Amino acid sequence: MEEIYAKFVSQKISKTRWRPLPPGSLQTAETFATGSWDNEENYVSLWSIGDFGNLDSDGGFEGDHQLLCDIRHHGDIMDLQTLSVNQQWTTAHYHTGPGSPSYSSAPCTGIVCNNPEIVTVGEDGRINLFRADHKEAVRTIDNADSSTLHAVTFLRTPEILTVNSIGQLKIWDFRQQGNEPSQILSLTGDRVPLHCVDRHPNQQHVVATGGQDGMLSIWDVRQGTMPVSLLKAHEAEMWEVHFHPSNPDHLFTCSEDGSLWHWDASTDVPEKSLLFHQGGRTSTFLSHSISNQANVHQSVISSWLSTDPAKDRIEITSLLPSRTLSVNSLDVLGPCLVCGTDAEAIYVTRHLFS
Amino acid sequence: MEELDGEPTVTLIPGVNSKKHQMCFDWGPGEMLVCETSFNKKDVTSRFHLKFLHLFECFLPLWHHKMFRAHLVCHFIFCRLVRVSKNYRSVIRACMEEMHQVAIAAKDPASGRQYSSQVRGVTTVVLAPLFPSLLPAGPLLLHLLDWVRLHVCEVDSLSADVLGSENPSKHESFWNLPGNTQTLTELELKWQHWHEECERYLQDCTFASNPHLESLCKIMLGDEAALLEQKELLSNWYHFLVTRLLYSNPTVKPIDLQYYAQSSLDLFLGGESSPEPLDNILMAAFEFDIHQVIKECSIALSNWWFVAHLTDLLDHCKLLQSHNLYFGSNMREFLLLEYASGLFAHPSLWQLGVDYFDYCPELGRVSLELHIERIPLNTEQKALKVLRICEQRQMTEQVRSICKILAMKAVRNNRLGSALSWSIRAKDAAFATLVSDRFLRDYCERGCFSDLDLIDNLGPAMMLSDRLTFLGKYREFHRVYGEKRFADAASLLLSLMTSQIAPRSFWMTLLTDALPLLEQKQVIFSAEQTYELMQCLEDLTSGRPVHRGPDTQQCQDDDIETTKVEMLRLALARNLARAIVREGSLEGS
Repeated sequence: MEEIYAKFVSQKISKTRWRPLPPGSLQTAETFATGSWDNEENYVSLWSIGDFGNLDSDGGFEGDHQLLCDIRHHGDIMDLQTLSVNQQWTTAHYHTGPGSPSYSSAPCTGIVCNNPEIVTVGEDGRINLFRADHKEAVRTIDNADSSTLHAVTFLRTPEILTVNSIGQLKIWDFRQQGNEPSQILSLTGDRVPLHCVDRHPNQQHVVATGGQDGMLSIWDVRQGTMPVSLLKAHEAEMWEVHFHPSNPDHLFTCSEDGSLWHWDASTDVPEKSLLFHQGGRTSTFLSHSISNQANVHQSVISSWLSTDPAKDRIEITSLLPSRTLSVNSLDVLGPCLVCGTDAEAIYVTRHLFS
Repeated sequence: MEELDGEPTVTLIPGVNSKKHQMCFDWGPGEMLVCETSFNKKDVTSRFHLKFLHLFECFLPLWHHKMFRAHLVCHFIFCRLVRVSKNYRSVIRACMEEMHQVAIAAKDPASGRQYSSQVRGVTTVVLAPLFPSLLPAGPLLLHLLDWVRLHVCEVDSLSADVLGSENPSKHESFWNLPGNTQTLTELELKWQHWHEECERYLQDCTFASNPHLESLCKIMLGDEAALLEQKELLSNWYHFLVTRLLYSNPTVKPIDLQYYAQSSLDLFLGGESSPEPLDNILMAAFEFDIHQVIKECSIALSNWWFVAHLTDLLDHCKLLQSHNLYFGSNMREFLLLEYASGLFAHPSLWQLGVDYFDYCPELGRVSLELHIERIPLNTEQKALKVLRICEQRQMTEQVRSICKILAMKAVRNNRLGSALSWSIRAKDAAFATLVSDRFLRDYCERGCFSDLDLIDNLGPAMMLSDRLTFLGKYREFHRVYGEKRFADAASLLLSLMTSQIAPRSFWMTLLTDALPLLEQKQVIFSAEQTYELMQCLEDLTSGRPVHRGPDTQQCQDDDIETTKVEMLRLALARNLARAIVREGSLEGS
């Protein structure tokens, strides 16, 4: 892990996302977007990382990402995705209830895009499916959940997966007409709220979620209704979890406790892939010794789906130089990582795997 | 209290007639609340009656978003007690330059002036090095030069000036600092020698032919008149002071500084203008009167930012305690509390305020408890962050209260799952009971459960409250019944009643649920169980008259109830008969 550069931007960052590169492109990521929150005026900003010039004489306080443009936004920015669109859907999420006024808006908590479809979820427990060229929502599932839906991701193309604040994963199939999920999986033990979800880029049945207690859970949606592995990770809410899109042996998580972790499940043996599922084997919980940070608590270790216990190790590295306020968001693309914090700083590194 | 240095501006509030009605007001951290009352001056006995509220936001340039960095850096240093280092200073400097640009760009001159005074206020942040015990080794004057150069922005623009750029190199080579082997007396001797040489040149009229060189020589001798001639190049009186000292008394001791400062101020202002509040601060600093500095800063600056951090630094250097003010040991805490309260009034800086309260041993926790409950929570994510802060500090009361508010909002918005999730977080059994009652009521009204995904998956949370346990078990009864496992369903149903976790109001429903089981072809309830059911029914009916009120609707309900009770009695009796027969016969168990 080489240098990570910080820049203070005078706004608390709630989301950072790399601008997607065209598939098959050999370039490295250059542009990212950030969204701010908790200010009277929030901004969605686009930043570009240029060449690495000389380090500032202060060293460590000035990054080299430059603001390209920004736009004002009313309300906190909860999620960002990149798509070409020229529409606004202003009343996508709202509350209706005996006690709420006739129209009272609800925060939209998550959004995911798969050109040209856009799926949003919110605190009103509603799922909306939009298309970039349609004015109205193509499909709305009212009261999809009695609690707040925190995040959404695509599973296979017509299927999405949502996580909520009572520790459940729900799979929804848009091909079906009803308003019921096609599958529900839930945590064992305490139904801790789940805040983030990400699907393995190559194996569409492997899903990772992060919870309010900082626990990282790995699920196999084809099998059973319980998580495959539970790893005690952060000390506070895990806000985002990401599989690396091209190196899925690597996972990244960030949390309210101010840390950002890089989970490396690749082994020394290059040809062995840890991410294939051995048919028929049920997962077992094993503990291993892990080389690395002293402040990492591990109660249960496994690879993403457990394979050979003797050979599995996960290396965990903390990427930020010092504890800060909450790290709200991160994104990885190629060798580049960007994250944003409540300490009004954006951290960028271009050498993740050096 | 000090006298005001100017007339306060009068602001007319539209819609308020101050002649007719008295106004009352109160200060907030960044606002002022003004209300018009219907209190009549003549009639002393009439009560206060608030008609209109006006909120005035005070102009607080230090809350400008470009200054956030200053707050953050100070917060960072505050938490870690890093010594005042070049890093820190340069960040402050960058902030100041940005603020300066904002000041220049400010639309109206009044706010522009306010900005620049705040900018200069920030420059005084390096007063700390002036205090002797914080000074690293070296002559005082060098630090003063450093200070002027780094923190008086305008000096940078005087690049080609004699007073500016030429001095440092000449000066440093003169002092020969790296080795620092010379004592102050040796340096003084050297300087004296050089000074006398300059004087000789002047008296010999060596530069008589060139008036510029002559005035240059006079300047180098520290001649005040010559220096004052260049007044427009000197941006302010402390620049003048340092320059003067450089040429007339470079080995000045800290203790003598105040006399030079006072006379420099008087000479520079020349009786034309009176000292500004910031000048008073600097004067107090040159006199090393810490309490006077703090007092002047508190009056002059519109924000506790500077004073709070300065006092904290001084306290850590053990400088405050040497002074005997009766609230001296609490002054640091008082100022930090004021600053932190101000941070909480800001929509996004409240997170920094938390750490400041943590470092106030006496009143910090109590203040934090009061403030944290009042942060407006627009989204769940913000609420979660606030709750995490409370939980980390074991503020269970605040967690409970915030969760209750959120749960109430959720119930009103018909988000029963969210409401339950908040009550679980706060371990609030009472609210869990409320949510469960709501579910049960919905069931009674609609005949089916809503949100089955929630009730079926309660997990260990079911134990939070009896009502919640009942809800979970009752749903389980329906599930088991649906799977046609009648014996299990029957014993579950019975246990719900006998274990007292079912609310009385629900017993009738439970007994009615037992009816189909009683009417089945095979005997499901044993005799023992039937006796218990009958007992429950009698308990219920004997206690019933208490709940009834006089009402025609109630009379109809009474009829329905009576019919139900009779049907149940009949069914129970029949089942008892069959059970006894079965148990008594050879096939019975």
